[in-house]
Amino acid sequence: MNRIDTPITSAAGSAAATSGKKKGLGGGVNTLPLVGPSVGLLLIWMIVPLALTLWFSFRRYNLLNPMIHGWAGVNNYWYLLRDPALYSALWVTVIMVLAILVITVGLGAVLGAVFLNDFPGQGVARVLMISPFFVMPTVSALIWKNLLMNPVNGLFSYMLRSVGLPAIDWFGQMPLFSVILIISWEWLPFAFLILFTALQSLDESTLEAARLDGAGPVSTFLFIQVPHMGRAISVVVMMETIFLLGVFAEIYVTTAGGPGISTTNLTFLIYQRALLAFNVGSASAAGVIAIILANIMAAFLVRTIAKRLDV
Amino acid sequence: MSKDKLQGSHAAAGIIAWVVAILMFFPLIWMLLASFKTEVQAVQTPPVLFFVPTLQNYHDIFQTANYLAFAWNSVAISFVATAVTIAIAVPASFAMAFYPTHRTRGTLLWMLSTKMLPAVGVLVPIYLLAKDAGLLDTRTALIIIYVLSNLPIAVWMLFTFFRDTPKDIIEASRIDGADVRQVIFIVLLPLVMPGIASTALLNIILCWNEAFWSLNLSGPNAAPLPAFIARFSAPQGLFWAKLSAASVLAIAPILIFGWISQRQLVRGMTFGAVK
Repeated sequence: MNRIDTPITSAAGSAAATSGKKKGLGGGVNTLPLVGPSVGLLLIWMIVPLALTLWFSFRRYNLLNPMIHGWAGVNNYWYLLRDPALYSALWVTVIMVLAILVITVGLGAVLGAVFLNDFPGQGVARVLMISPFFVMPTVSALIWKNLLMNPVNGLFSYMLRSVGLPAIDWFGQMPLFSVILIISWEWLPFAFLILFTALQSLDESTLEAARLDGAGPVSTFLFIQVPHMGRAISVVVMMETIFLLGVFAEIYVTTAGGPGISTTNLTFLIYQRALLAFNVGSASAAGVIAIILANIMAAFLVRTIAKRLDV
Repeated sequence: MSKDKLQGSHAAAGIIAWVVAILMFFPLIWMLLASFKTEVQAVQTPPVLFFVPTLQNYHDIFQTANYLAFAWNSVAISFVATAVTIAIAVPASFAMAFYPTHRTRGTLLWMLSTKMLPAVGVLVPIYLLAKDAGLLDTRTALIIIYVLSNLPIAVWMLFTFFRDTPKDIIEASRIDGADVRQVIFIVLLPLVMPGIASTALLNIILCWNEAFWSLNLSGPNAAPLPAFIARFSAPQGLFWAKLSAASVLAIAPILIFGWISQRQLVRGMTFGAVK
C-alpha cells in the first residue's frame, strides 16, 4: 500500500498549483458520491486480493495436497529468491517491455509522420494499419505461430528457403525475439494511432515555415515533429507498460515459457507455480514480488512520465 | 501544403504507407485464406494461393463446437461490463475534471497504478473467492472482474476528454442563468458524448479480447470467445484450416465493429496526448 501511495502523494502537491487555474462548474456540488464508487471499488479490488496474496505467501499451501498446511514463515520467499528462474523472469519481463516499447514507439512515430501526407486511399490504409489492435491475443499468437512462423510449413520458412536460406525454427532458435515480434505487431497500431493523432494537431504553418527554411522531411521529423510528440509518447509508454507487464496469452499459446525458461516472464512464472504446480504459497510469494515490481514501475512512471502529462 | 513541390515526396510517403499497411494486415488476410482451404492445402509448401474455396471448416465448427454460445457470452459480458464501467466512470471523471481538488491528480494516478498490479499476482485469491461465492464459471464473475480492471482506463480516458471540453461555453451558459443540472444535460452531455462513445468502444474491445481471466475463470458455461479459441486449439492444434476458421469467427465480430466505429474510437482515444 505504502509503496503505491508514496510517489503519488508527493506528486499530488505539485498538482494543487496547476488545478487552481481550471474553471469549475460552480454550484457547490458534493463530488464524493460521484467519485466515491470508483475509488471504493478499486480500493476493494486492490486490497482484498492483495491481503489474501500476502497471507497465502506466508503459508504452506498446495492445492493438490491438503496435508501440507501451516505457517511457512518466509520460506516461500526464501526458496523463490534463491531460484534463478525468478531472476530470469524479471529479466525477460524488463527486456520484453523495453524492446516492445522501443519498436512500437519508434515505428509508430515514423509511420505517423508518413501517414500525415495526403495519398490515395489514406483512410483505407489507416484502417488496415490499425486492424491488428482489434484482434485478440490468442488469435494473433496462433496466426504467427502456425501460419507464419512454423519451421516446416510456415510462410516465413518457405520464403527463406525460396531465396536459398535455411529455414528458421523461430520459437526454438530465437524465442524471445519471436514473442517480441508478435506483441509488437499487436501494439504498433495503438502507438501509431496516438502519435498520428498528436502529429495532426501540429500547426500546419510550423511545418510550412520549416519547409521554407529548407528543412527536408527527415530534419522536420527530428526537430519539429518528434519534440511535438513528447506528451503523446509519454501516454503511449504509460499505457503500453500497463498492459505489457501482464503479457500472458501470447506466451501461453506460442512457447509456454520455453524453451527452458527463456520466454518465461513474471506473469507466466506465477501462472506456472500456481496453476501447473498447484503451489499456492510459492505462487503468492511470486505474486507479492510481481506486485512490488509493478509498484516500482508505477513509481518510476508516475515520477517521470505522468508528471509531463500535467493532469 | 504546396502540392506542386512536394508531389514526389508525397508519392513516396504514399507507397511506404501502403506497403506497411498491407504488411500489417497481411497476417489476417493469410488466416482468412487458410480458413477457406482444405487441411492439406493449408499446410502445403509452397503455399497455395489459388484454390477452390471450401466452407467445410466453418461447417465443421458449427457442427462440433457451440460457437454461438461462446459468441453470446462474449457479447453479453463485453456489453454489460462496459455499460457498468461507463456508469461508474462517468460521474467520477466528471467530478474530477470539473471540480478538481488537490487530491485529484493523486487519485487518478493511483487508479491507473491499480491497473499495474499483475492480474496473475492475485489470480489465486480471486479464484478462491469466486469459488466460495459460487461465481466460478459464471458471466457475472467475468463482468465484475472486467468492470474493475477496466475502470481505471475508462476514468482516465473520460477525464482527459472532460478536461479538454471548452469551459467557456459552460461559463457562458452559467451566466445565462442555467443551473448545474441544465448545464450538464443540455450543454455538457452533447459535448462529451463523443468521448463517452469512444471510451465505451475501447472498453468493449478490451473486454472482448481479454484472455487471462476468461481462460482461468470460465468453464463450459460462461466461456467467451478467447476461451473458445484456446480450447479449440488444444485438440485441433494441428488442423490449421479449421483453427483459422475458428479464429476468423472469433475476431470477425469485433473487427467489423472496430472498422465501423473506428472514427468515433479514434476521436477520443488520445488519453490526453493532444492538448
